[in-house]
Amino acid sequence: MSLQLFLLVAAGLFAIGLYGALSQQSIVMLMMGLELMLNGIILAAAALWYFLTPAGNDGPVLIVVVLTAMAIEMAAGFAVVTAIYRSRQVDVTDSAADLRG
Amino acid sequence: MLADVSFWVLGIVAVLSGFAVFRLNSMARVTFALLASFLAVAGLVVLLGLGYLGVVTALMMVIEMVVMAVFMIMYMMNPAGLMPMSMYHNKAGSMAISVGTFAVLAVGILLTDWPVRRGVPAPAQTYQLGLALMGGQMLTMMTLGVTLFATIVATVVLSTGRGRYDRYGDDLAAPRADDPAGGGVG
Repeated sequence: MSLQLFLLVAAGLFAIGLYGALSQQSIVMLMMGLELMLNGIILAAAALWYFLTPAGNDGPVLIVVVLTAMAIEMAAGFAVVTAIYRSRQVDVTDSAADLRG
Repeated sequence: MLADVSFWVLGIVAVLSGFAVFRLNSMARVTFALLASFLAVAGLVVLLGLGYLGVVTALMMVIEMVVMAVFMIMYMMNPAGLMPMSMYHNKAGSMAISVGTFAVLAVGILLTDWPVRRGVPAPAQTYQLGLALMGGQMLTMMTLGVTLFATIVATVVLSTGRGRYDRYGDDLAAPRADDPAGGGVG
């Protein structure tokens, strides 16, 4: 149990989430990838707090912020999916490429 | 010893079930694989001495995954996974980017000369976190509150099918609502 091992697990979760967010067509699966990336950040914040500055409170506060970000991401993401599905019956990212430049 | 075993078990479960999320066919299995990954990370957070935040993560993620399962059934083209199909785009490129990201992060993690540990965890860590959130970190807490409120407003606006401007006109001056069905249900 060391800082490096914890951070490696966190980096693994982040990389897997990145793969999902980039490769999935379904918007819901894309959001799962984003959640997995934030999951890795929670683990990294907890490990950095415990192994480097356990006396302070910055790590736990960062975890609270990330948990809130996860909730906001889910809620806003599903609201956008609902809006675009209602107007255009779009449920995959490839059909919503209007802003592609 | 017990902590080491728990770390390896939870760490491997977290990464493997995270990977299973993008490998399984059935949406029910995908949701529960993601939930297993979140619960393993919550266990690791508890292992690091943050019991309260670990339990909060676990509770939040259980509810979040149940909500997600409902939305998956609503919006996925193949929710039950009965019909094997590919739902990927640019799989090789994504895999290359993701493996490259992991390699860069791993090199940074292993080569960095991490500082030594300073201090010890406070005996009542949850109490200290509460004091910080209601004291020194009050600005963080207020920002989170305002952001959550903005999210509530934005999500309701985005997901409303027919709002009052659709029903009563742009200046809200129509004497009667312009509804396809009567009864005031919008």
